[in-house]
Amino acid sequence: MEKSAVFNNSKLLPYALLAPQLIITFVFFYWPASQAVLQSFKREDAFGLVSEFVGLENYQALFAQPEYYKSMLTTLVFSTLVAALSLSIALLFATQADKNLKAAPVYKTFMIWPYAVAPAVAGVLWFFIFHPSLGTLARPLRGMGLDWNPLLNGNHAMTLVVMSAVWKQIAYNFLFFLAGLQSIPKSVIEAGAIDGAGPMRRFWTIIFPLLSPTTFFLLVVNIVYVFFDTFGIIDAVTGGGPAGATTTMVYKVYADGRLGGDLGGSAAQSVVLMVIVIALTAIQFKYVERKVQY
Amino acid sequence: MVEHRPWNDIIAYAILTLGVFIVAFPVYVAMIASTHDAATVVGGRMPMSPGGQALENYYRAIFVGGSRTAPEPVGRLLMNSFISAIGIAVGKICISILSAYAVVYFRFPFRKTAFWIIFVTLMLPVEVRIYPTYKVVADLRMLDTYAGLILPLIASATGTLLFRQFFMTVPDELLEASRIDGAGPFRFFWDTLLPLSVTTISALFVIQFIYGWNQYLWPLLITTQDSMQTIVTGIKKMLVTTDELAEWQLAMATAVLAMLPPVAVVVFMQRLFVRGLVETEK
Repeated sequence: MEKSAVFNNSKLLPYALLAPQLIITFVFFYWPASQAVLQSFKREDAFGLVSEFVGLENYQALFAQPEYYKSMLTTLVFSTLVAALSLSIALLFATQADKNLKAAPVYKTFMIWPYAVAPAVAGVLWFFIFHPSLGTLARPLRGMGLDWNPLLNGNHAMTLVVMSAVWKQIAYNFLFFLAGLQSIPKSVIEAGAIDGAGPMRRFWTIIFPLLSPTTFFLLVVNIVYVFFDTFGIIDAVTGGGPAGATTTMVYKVYADGRLGGDLGGSAAQSVVLMVIVIALTAIQFKYVERKVQY
Repeated sequence: MVEHRPWNDIIAYAILTLGVFIVAFPVYVAMIASTHDAATVVGGRMPMSPGGQALENYYRAIFVGGSRTAPEPVGRLLMNSFISAIGIAVGKICISILSAYAVVYFRFPFRKTAFWIIFVTLMLPVEVRIYPTYKVVADLRMLDTYAGLILPLIASATGTLLFRQFFMTVPDELLEASRIDGAGPFRFFWDTLLPLSVTTISALFVIQFIYGWNQYLWPLLITTQDSMQTIVTGIKKMLVTTDELAEWQLAMATAVLAMLPPVAVVVFMQRLFVRGLVETEK
């Protein structure tokens, strides 16, 4: 799509208008990203004084690390759990809010505000509730005979970060599901009702299929969210621990570069992540864009 | 018309009320904890009703700071958060409205290239280029500065895409009419396009303010002085101590303060927020 009415006689002005954004983009995006790629082929000594070209050595070292595969698995488990839970819970709430209730707008407001809570703050809130010694809900858990301790038990730590991440993401998914539900023509649902389909049957045979573009879009967005935005939750709640049980791929880039000082390895991981993000974005634009509208 | 059964509504209300309860519960507990004294909170038997220490806790958190764990009063961190969130939102709007204006309303060599250069940044979130970006900012001597907190986060494609999309819907006749009236590019932008964009700008501002306020990794990396932290990164430092020493009542007061501005924005500007959220995702 192009405008037909444009300014034709300004030669320099458009470049001047673009300059601020392009300069910032080059300085803070392209330059660092290319440095990350370059650095992934280099090895630096501990003081950053000498660096030599080592080819694919960083990548070989990376893929020889059991911890790297573990972080991949952790990322997979974490993103599957968060996406599945937050999508299904949000869909449940959205279908209820889509019913013709008087108080629906009030409920909507009460459901969407956690979007505004920072991931790190959400993590701190849940950590407080489930803190092994002073948490409000940790006590009943112990009362049930469960030795609840997310500081020591990897599964408990994972449960806690999943809960925090789901809690924060429900708002977003709810909003988009509700919009998707409201755009389904009522006539289609009425037609189903006339043919004798009950609410459950109407949901699974009419509403859910019509909602699939929204669901697919949200799935991609949720995976991106779990990959990147949950960094704050993990850092605030577990710091990647205990024993690496909640170290996702993004967290490992951070931890290896900062704590380990392995910049080459960290850069190689950044490059792997970049490839994943590019693939996800490509999927999003290729498949989601066209199908979201019906 | 679809059948209407009363029990259906009752179930809906029950599920939604449960949902609202789950959503509100952690925040409620945090608010309660911020009104008790340290001993009650750490004791593990904190009541579920407010205590009498609210004023004292918030006063200490904002103006004094914790004794051991949080050397910097939260008042300062709140100010840092406001400056960087507003800086990010305003900066993003300024540079992206200008670049969108150039891409939509001018024809020049490399126009498509420029658009793609901006567009591709969607694929490079801060998280995948952490240390090289840190190094650039360090080389530019922007560690521990507001410029360092703001500038690297204001360039992204979302704003440009949003304004481009909006400009495409502005009728061509407006440009033709103002050209007949003798208006040049500046005049058209200032007198016609900008007033029309007010809603889009406000929606983008709401989304970007929340985005900027909730940044975590970036401020964590580039601030070394406690006085330059934002409130979101500051909370974690309150907890990184031996657990018994962490002053949870102050940490929870800080958490409540850290949530308040962005949540207020969502609640009071809900229409703009929803609009911004839906449109930036297109």
